[in-house]
Amino acid sequence: MALTPLEKQLLNDFQHDFPLEPRPYRAIAERLGVSEQAVLEAMQALDDQKLIHRIGSVIQVNKIGKSMLAAMAVPTSVLTEVAETINQFQEVNHNYERENKLNLWFVLIGENQAHLDAVIADIEQQTGFPVLQFPLLKDYFIDLGFELDLSDG
Amino acid sequence: MDEQDYQLLELLQQGLPVCPEPYAQLAETLALSEQALLERIQHLKQIGVIKRFGVIVNHRLLGYRANAMIVWNVPDAKVETIGQALSQIQYVSLCYQRPRKPGIWPYNLYCMVYGKDRSTVLQQIDELIGRCQLEDFSYQILFSTRCFKQRGALYPVLQTEKTDG
Repeated sequence: MALTPLEKQLLNDFQHDFPLEPRPYRAIAERLGVSEQAVLEAMQALDDQKLIHRIGSVIQVNKIGKSMLAAMAVPTSVLTEVAETINQFQEVNHNYERENKLNLWFVLIGENQAHLDAVIADIEQQTGFPVLQFPLLKDYFIDLGFELDLSDG
Repeated sequence: MDEQDYQLLELLQQGLPVCPEPYAQLAETLALSEQALLERIQHLKQIGVIKRFGVIVNHRLLGYRANAMIVWNVPDAKVETIGQALSQIQYVSLCYQRPRKPGIWPYNLYCMVYGKDRSTVLQQIDELIGRCQLEDFSYQILFSTRCFKQRGALYPVLQTEKTDG
């Protein structure tokens, strides 16, 4: 992956506090000493290559609706099948296999706990395996984005 | 928050368009003035609903392929201090306190470390154990081996009309 210096700056320097003014890409261009057109083209290229998911907001957990980390212990022989069943639920955003006896970890967002309980009961019934819920008690993380080391592509 | 805030958040979850006046475009969709829209985003940041507003990178495609969730069993009296210390470390993404499951799962503090490869992540975990004085506490490292689903959070509540909060 060959990134231009401008693309690297766009990836690393604007993950938080993206300019809130009528011409944000021009504001970025002025900061970087390039043209607005160059910024628009580079941003579009990053988007086309899917190197950015989007320019947008990360919503604070539990400020809207309720989020839940859930885990299951699933035999390897049926893991893919179980994961696919879980993925079909709109409420599920992330679903990972991890190295542990509890080997399937997923995150759901629902309107409230009752909604989450109903979805989880459904998942348990459809898969036949119990689901452990690990609700958030406290968030310590201050999200300033993800500092990328892009030194050698 | 009012209904327009929810609609605005839903649009922002899809992403800001790449064009000279992206906010004007969103404002038109919501029948707001550009100025009013910018003020609403500012307000949502101030009240903490928007935790971060900016470029959301795809770290996996950018070469960060190893991802470990580390779960710690730390004394309740220390969880706050350690949680805050962990969250200050540059390569730590996410740091949450969660309840233990007695008899099954003694861990109460979770953090995530992304790295280019497994050995880098293991090295970073070693280092953070020292920096956050975690030497005495039991933990487990759960590398992810397969991603079955990963997308930006979809908020079912954003699709319904809500005026509270």
